Amino acid sequence: MSLLEVEQIRGGYGDVDILNGVDLHVDQGEIVVIIGPNGAGKSTVMKAIFGLVKVREGGIRFQNSGIANLRPDQIVRRGLCYVPQEKNVFPTLTVEENLEMGAFIRNDDFSRELERVYELFPAMYEKRRQPAGALSGGQRQMVAMGRALMLDPQLILLDEPTAGLAPQIVELIFENIRKINDIGVSLLMVEQNAKAALRMSHRGYVLTTGRNRHTDTGENLLNNREVAEMFLGG
Amino acid sequence: MAEFLQLTVYGIVAGSIYALGAIGLSLVYGILRFPHFAHGDLITFGAYFALVPVSILGAPPELTFFFGVAATMILAVAIDQILYRRLRKVAPVILLIASVGVALILRSAVQLIWGPGNQYYSQGISMPWRLEGVNIKPDHLLIVGGAVLLVVLLHLFLQRTKTGKAMRAMSDNADLAQVTGIEVNKVIIWTWIIGGGMAAAAGVFLGIDTRLHPVMGWRILLPVFAAAILGGIGKPYGAIVGGLIIGLAQEYSTVILSPPYKPAVAFALMVLMLIFKPTGLFAGRKA
Amino acid sequence: MSGIIEYVMFALCLVGIYGILALGLNIQWGLTGLFNIGVAAFFAVGAYTSGILTAPPSDAHLGGFEMPLVIGILGAIVASGILALFVGLVTLNLRADYLAIASIGIAEIVRLFLKTEGWLTGGVRGMEIGRPFEDSLTGNFTLNYLIFLAIVIVILFLLLEVARKAPWGRVLRAIRENEDSALAAGKNVLSFRIQAFVLGSCVMGLGGALYGHFFGFLSPEAFRPMLATFLVWVMLIAGGSGNNKGALLGALVIWVIWSGTEFLTGMLPAELSTRAGSIRILLIGVLLEIILVTRPEGILSEAGERLANIRRERRRSGEGS
Repeated sequence: MSLLEVEQIRGGYGDVDILNGVDLHVDQGEIVVIIGPNGAGKSTVMKAIFGLVKVREGGIRFQNSGIANLRPDQIVRRGLCYVPQEKNVFPTLTVEENLEMGAFIRNDDFSRELERVYELFPAMYEKRRQPAGALSGGQRQMVAMGRALMLDPQLILLDEPTAGLAPQIVELIFENIRKINDIGVSLLMVEQNAKAALRMSHRGYVLTTGRNRHTDTGENLLNNREVAEMFLGG
Repeated sequence: MAEFLQLTVYGIVAGSIYALGAIGLSLVYGILRFPHFAHGDLITFGAYFALVPVSILGAPPELTFFFGVAATMILAVAIDQILYRRLRKVAPVILLIASVGVALILRSAVQLIWGPGNQYYSQGISMPWRLEGVNIKPDHLLIVGGAVLLVVLLHLFLQRTKTGKAMRAMSDNADLAQVTGIEVNKVIIWTWIIGGGMAAAAGVFLGIDTRLHPVMGWRILLPVFAAAILGGIGKPYGAIVGGLIIGLAQEYSTVILSPPYKPAVAFALMVLMLIFKPTGLFAGRKA
Repeated sequence: MSGIIEYVMFALCLVGIYGILALGLNIQWGLTGLFNIGVAAFFAVGAYTSGILTAPPSDAHLGGFEMPLVIGILGAIVASGILALFVGLVTLNLRADYLAIASIGIAEIVRLFLKTEGWLTGGVRGMEIGRPFEDSLTGNFTLNYLIFLAIVIVILFLLLEVARKAPWGRVLRAIRENEDSALAAGKNVLSFRIQAFVLGSCVMGLGGALYGHFFGFLSPEAFRPMLATFLVWVMLIAGGSGNNKGALLGALVIWVIWSGTEFLTGMLPAELSTRAGSIRILLIGVLLEIILVTRPEGILSEAGERLANIRRERRRSGEGS
């Protein structure tokens, strides 16, 4: 049984469907990436899983219970966290306060999770009293991911984590994603840096026009000629 | 020189009152994303609620302040949960219109319950102290001191408590707050508790400084808005500075303008800020 | 019997005047999305300008020009327009809710000015101005005035409908729907908004002048500006904003309800009847909230227009979907 199962979902904003029957699943311990052209609905799938976009048809199951169309704060309680693409930190709050907000729904002591985040991202410990808005793009991304870790989730959804970042930083982010995976968190991400993402993912899905087009292991997708030509140009 | 100092005294007192009103308004505006036109009338209700223990229950005057604040907090939360909550999903402009309606409802209610005339917390004139040719009343010290104390408490709340930090987070980015799992409705309720409480304090102080009247809060809504805009929407500390600036500017203006035009001064400053730096002195949310 | 007819004619006159105000507000809010809470300012400026121009000489206030009614009305329109131009140039680039705050400021300042500058306006003691048509036509002042108002409203309504459907009106609606694409299309958005704002305020000034001459007497407190502004807004929202017919229908419906509250509170025991005014305002306020919660698009709008309005407001205030 997979950690996350998405079956034939249709939905979108308002009356227009962007997703026209998407299937995917994530197993425990995996890093799974979704790639595809702009407008294919990649980010929309993530938002649909997290309750930010209405699912008209189809089902979403997380740890074997249905979560389609639940509210984000309900989903977060079940161990599924989401890191949006932009505006993903609270700029006037300090790094540490951002992390604290990640643990908002907890009433118990979360110092263990906080320490774990600082161990994973030592640079953040140094800057923990600085306002998050003053950090660089790559550092903010780390804060955003750290925030998602505070609830000790089973699965984190990452929406284009390397968007707009310089190549060295992109490498760093991917390394951080590996580190997160190493401590046992599964990850589902959308990425434009398709080649680099596929290299580090267990499996990948290619979406076009709101539907599945290919699905395979990361390595096979990298070597797939059609995928390479159409989607891995860069 | 003495006149300048006297005006400064009056300006700081008025500014403290505006600051308390502006803090609540700025918090609500920053977190709930709409200008709360009924805020002035919450100020009025706060002042009138504080009359109740003394005149009806015969309680000691020291308790009246807390009663007024607590009752207004409950009122503010009730208005939000009964009305504004239903309109949040529609559009911010609808909330604006609704708050205008609430303003009129509150004002009418005050007039119905307490009558249209002036009221006072206590009869009699308190003698001012005289310092270097400047009159200072004990009430002035109470008001300014009380405002300072409330601001310090607010600061501690916003910086040290989980809910306070969540309020700052929501003011920064409401969508992210939702995604993070912050309980948005709970934070909103706390916003109204703080906003309503601050408004009530402003009302009681205003009543002490001048008198109670059903439109007392509405009359200072313009300077309070100006203070909030000057400070930057969503920046409670900015609202304090804004309040003092407006208070002082209004008093100093009486040297050249006749006193009824004081609101015009507040208005002019507000418009200037909106034209040249709409995010306010402390860079709040964008215009 | 004649008492009731007289009352109905009186009421219709007031409905007509409020209808004119609602039509003016509709240009600003319904057509262009400008949130003007300062209706009372332009209303008052129009009334006082016409009064000053037409009144006989008096020690209490500026006057004595004794111009004919037509000049008074034109003066009202021009004065309101000039005030609106000034206000518009300063504030119309601001976001909708900041314009709302600024417009309250304008209304307050105008009110203070009219009250304080007694040499101009007679201050709180007020101003006596002439009532036209006292002795002409049917011999009944109210009926005469009603006929006059009806003619004005019909002409105004037709002009506004033409304007709404003309290219000018369509640009305004495009600006309201999606300002960015209007800008991209090369339209001078600020200029159009100012035009709409000024035109709407001119109509409100007209309404003010007609109000003044109907009663023959002006005083700042008689205007009770917040009430006038608030009632007109409720009328526009109830009738269907964006809609000239809705504006007029709303004026009628809300006026009837408003008068109804007067009738109801008239039945109250004596001690409460002094507070009747407050009860009536409270009831209208509650009515507005009920409308906003249940049918914010008003009586004459269709659901489609409602959704469009909502999406447009979201875009305008910068919230993404």
